[in-house]
Amino acid sequence: MTEQASLNTVKVNVNGKDYSADVPARRTLVDFLRYDLGLTGTKEACSVGVCGVCTVEVNGVITSSCITLAIQVDGAKLTTIEGVADGDTLHPLQDAFMNHGGFQCGICTPGQIMASRALLEQNSDPSEDEIKDWMMGNLCRCTGYYGIITSIQKAGEVIRLGK
Amino acid sequence: MRDFEFHAPKSLTEVYGLLEQHGEDARVISGGTGLINMMKQDLIAVDHLVSLQNLPNLKSIDLKNGRIELGGLVTQQEVATSDVVAKNIPLLTETYKEVATVRVRNAATVGGGVSHGDPAQDPPTALLVLNADIHISSSKGSRTQSARDGWFIDYYETNVQPGEVVTGVSIPVPNKNSKFQYTKFLPRTADDYATVSVAAQSLMEGDTVSEISLSLGAVNTTPILASGIASILVGKKPTAALIKEAAETVRNEVAPTPDFRGSAEYKTDMAVVFTRRTLASILGIG
Repeated sequence: MTEQASLNTVKVNVNGKDYSADVPARRTLVDFLRYDLGLTGTKEACSVGVCGVCTVEVNGVITSSCITLAIQVDGAKLTTIEGVADGDTLHPLQDAFMNHGGFQCGICTPGQIMASRALLEQNSDPSEDEIKDWMMGNLCRCTGYYGIITSIQKAGEVIRLGK
Repeated sequence: MRDFEFHAPKSLTEVYGLLEQHGEDARVISGGTGLINMMKQDLIAVDHLVSLQNLPNLKSIDLKNGRIELGGLVTQQEVATSDVVAKNIPLLTETYKEVATVRVRNAATVGGGVSHGDPAQDPPTALLVLNADIHISSSKGSRTQSARDGWFIDYYETNVQPGEVVTGVSIPVPNKNSKFQYTKFLPRTADDYATVSVAAQSLMEGDTVSEISLSLGAVNTTPILASGIASILVGKKPTAALIKEAAETVRNEVAPTPDFRGSAEYKTDMAVVFTRRTLASILGIG
């Protein structure tokens, strides 16, 4: 392979704002967000699509940004953890994770929020089993999972009841 | 990951052109959940990635002439949540919804999965049991190959040739009275690869077995269709003893790789056990 492959212009809309950057083809989406766009809310942990920490929404569905190339999402509409709150008003999940012990060290939290937000958008009243099934790919190594499950259920209540 | 050139043509004709131009230096990418992981670990190196992401077609799920036709670019989550699939071929739903996690299924595609040839993947077991056809095309034209007819060649090796693209998978809708089961043995975590997986389909005529097929995943270099079961069970009234005898036949067909999920001996025993349980379940034996 040539020493320097050409750069590719990747244009995306992240959280309602347009961005563009010239990157090599091998740039992963998580690195693109963090290092090229400065959106460091999304974290990377396992780097092989297993742990869920790097979860972002691409064109309406969640995916692992560590096993997605930035160039694969050229032209896409993305939502990251930075786009979840409505201005200064936190998303019900963000409130619930704080109020119900949904996180401790916080590294997995952006991914937990992005994944559970996608679940609640389909079903704002998931059972514990439905939450476990949907969230099984989002690992947490310190809180334990019951705080996360409770947080998701409480956020669902807020969304359903509009309070 | 080594760098490479990325191409995202808007037609299959352009895809074929790029594949011809770059030969074995090029790889096709759809969702990339398998390929990117391999590239990140330097298991494969490519100079040119030809992405199917901008192709306008290959994204539909259709019921046509008694078959479910899955476009090559349909995502695995779309199959897992498709009503027409669930209603007509529930075994497909059962296997596609078991693939990794929703994040992976949202990116991984039907065509990508059957090209990748991961021996522990869930859907290929169903594709073998259901006698699926795989549609492939290249600049030379189109061809169709049965999944059972040597499609899965070896560890991560399938019969997609240089210059070819998997454009879809076609699965016959089974008899409405058929029974199915997919059993995935997961001693570690719910989103892990299977230690042993078994897919099976059976049809009874009165109290005797008229059709039975069973395949296993994760216990050989490819998913495998068990070859000795039908001759023991077809035409007979199923009993616990016959099922045990039939399940024993898989012992010599599996060749599992020992890893942290178990030794080869353990996985071989589990292949027999889960085959027996799956047969007992679909044939209604205690």
